[in-house]
Amino acid sequence: MTTSFFNTPSNPAHHGIRSWLLTTDHKRIGLLYLFAVMFWFLLAILLGLLIRTELMFKGETLFGPDTYNALFTLHGVIMIFLFIIPAIPAIFGNFILPIQIGAKDVFFPRLNLLSWYLYMAGGLMAIVALFGNGPPDTGWTFYVPFSVSTKTNVSYAATAAFILGFSSMLTGMNFITTIHRMRSRRMKWLQIPLFTWSLYATAWVQLLATPIISITLILVILERFLQTGLFDPAKGGDPILYQHLFWMYSHPAVYIMILPGMGVISEIIPVFSRKSIFGYKAIVFSSLAIAVAGSLVWAHHMYTSGMSDTAVFVFSLLTFVVAIPSAIKVFSWVATMYKGSIHISPPLIYSMCFIYLFSVGGLTGLILGAAGTNIHVHDTHFVVAHFHYVMFGGTAFAFFAGLHYWWPKIFGRMYNFKRAFVAAGMITAGFIFHFTPMFIVGMQGMPRRYYDYLPKFEQGNFLAGFGAYVLVAGIFYMVFNLLASLKNGALAESNPWKGVTLEWTIPSPPPLHNFLDEPDPPDYPYDFSRFVSQKKILNEAD
Amino acid sequence: MTAPETDKTGIKIGMWLFLYTEIMLFGGLFILYAVYYAKYTTDFISAGKELDTTFGAANTVILLFSSFLVAASITALRKRTTGLSIALVLGAVACGLAFLVNKYFEWGHKIGLGIYPNSPNLVEGEPGRNIFFGLYYTITALHGLHIIIGLTLLIIAAIMIRKGRTTADNDSLLDNSGLYWHLVDLVWIFVFPLFYLIL
Repeated sequence: MTTSFFNTPSNPAHHGIRSWLLTTDHKRIGLLYLFAVMFWFLLAILLGLLIRTELMFKGETLFGPDTYNALFTLHGVIMIFLFIIPAIPAIFGNFILPIQIGAKDVFFPRLNLLSWYLYMAGGLMAIVALFGNGPPDTGWTFYVPFSVSTKTNVSYAATAAFILGFSSMLTGMNFITTIHRMRSRRMKWLQIPLFTWSLYATAWVQLLATPIISITLILVILERFLQTGLFDPAKGGDPILYQHLFWMYSHPAVYIMILPGMGVISEIIPVFSRKSIFGYKAIVFSSLAIAVAGSLVWAHHMYTSGMSDTAVFVFSLLTFVVAIPSAIKVFSWVATMYKGSIHISPPLIYSMCFIYLFSVGGLTGLILGAAGTNIHVHDTHFVVAHFHYVMFGGTAFAFFAGLHYWWPKIFGRMYNFKRAFVAAGMITAGFIFHFTPMFIVGMQGMPRRYYDYLPKFEQGNFLAGFGAYVLVAGIFYMVFNLLASLKNGALAESNPWKGVTLEWTIPSPPPLHNFLDEPDPPDYPYDFSRFVSQKKILNEAD
Repeated sequence: MTAPETDKTGIKIGMWLFLYTEIMLFGGLFILYAVYYAKYTTDFISAGKELDTTFGAANTVILLFSSFLVAASITALRKRTTGLSIALVLGAVACGLAFLVNKYFEWGHKIGLGIYPNSPNLVEGEPGRNIFFGLYYTITALHGLHIIIGLTLLIIAAIMIRKGRTTADNDSLLDNSGLYWHLVDLVWIFVFPLFYLIL
């Protein structure tokens, strides 16, 4: 244990809190992100729960429309900019990526720490936005003209998103350089583990798309202070152009959110199926294809905004095209499990739930991507259900799966499996109860972003609220179980799951410079033959 | 594994990746320009004539010359003529300052004529003219901000050369500051014709 990075600060002169706040160790920075991201995640969950409680019964139950508008805006802004975008890349990417490619750190360690400070500064700015004129009430999209005319703190919230974007860009730049320059010399491009591949594709999107949101947010802030009129029709501006610029980033951003999640799933499925991943190259190239095609579909958020029919046709077609690489991955994961020697464990349970929920989210995405059906369900609860199925059922479940998969590596402790299964069951059941009714009320015409509704929607909303409570209880139980392992959990061995990527060849938790000897990457990152021949496959960790 | 401190190629890759983000940042504004130019072509052409080509051309020459000075300073540093290298960097800094002074007078002149964001002169006139000057102020302001950042980097590089921390064998700071300065120059090469020349 003395060699663990917990006991060896990156700068030996630093002790205590300074050894964390001034660290350049990618593992410590990953953990700093973990705690900050979890704080925001749990906070935004509680905000969401308040929203759903208000909606459980018709009429005004807890608060009125103004509070409701502020709450759904905060829920969206926090979940997107402070949780989903940084969660997997900043936490697991930082911790695992350098180890998976046999490096001792990222290429720019100090820049990495700066990214964390920018993340914290962005979070602080988001808190500042709560006071004074009150939290923004525009929704996370900051659509003009309302975002320019409203009296609430839109400028602070936009500044927060700008700073967070900067943090995300620097992380992406760091990862690309690290993968290019610090890979073990013996690891060729098509020997890189799939999680690292997915982060590589993500990093390019982070780098090329984020500046667009930066300039768009700058323009909104300038409009608020100078009233130049670039988006104001009375002064010659075009508000639709704002929507184009906004989605030019924000649609690629959903791939920043989901690609790393897909990478996590691609690591977990083969390990617990004891079988080589089906279609390694197909998964690699579909990640890159998603990064490219996903950058060309932004206007499918705007079918009802008044674009030309040609534009609607083109963007609808491209939207269908981007479904193909996602489906390639889903089929590859399922084919990997086929005839594998499957060992049920918490990471695998979350991964299987991911595949199911993400597929539902993906298929309903096609309903929204088709221009005809979109008109009917545009801006209804159907949309809310769809993007929660992909973002929560997808990315957040992948995050939970990754958390359970790498927890023993990060902290050197095993958690209680039985409790983890119960929590996974609660989260999944609660999730389905929570979001499925929204598809139905959405189809029936219930719009999003209203604090009240017609009587016929009450049953569906009550069920959704009930599901929300089960879901939130499950998440807190999961967090409790993980934290409890730090106190009572059995010590984890270096390779508890019998994985074959490099992070499983080093002690848990890893030493300061990750590798005690020169790393020896396998020729193929998913060859389980040496474990399959063993009789005793896995130790139960209870 | 290559040690990152000495891997100059890696440091340069990182810098280039950062420059891509800058290009995308300005790209967003150029998209606005393209769309509004298509919508208000005649307004843009008549508003463009109000800008003073002499000011713009002078600034273009100044920036191009400063880029030459920065490139020459890197060569001088590699040839271990440190004093010359510092002098060349400071020459580039002087050019950058001259650019800003020029810009100050140009903006001041326009503001004196009542042309500034949300001014009655613009708001009550043709909508296309308002958009043209809105974009003019936004893009040149953002570009001016980049000039200031670039100048800061060049001054830091000059200090580091003087202190002997940036040397012929360890020239990444000057090299990357130079790359940044060339980007600032490059953006201006697009701004100048779009606002001053082709209209």
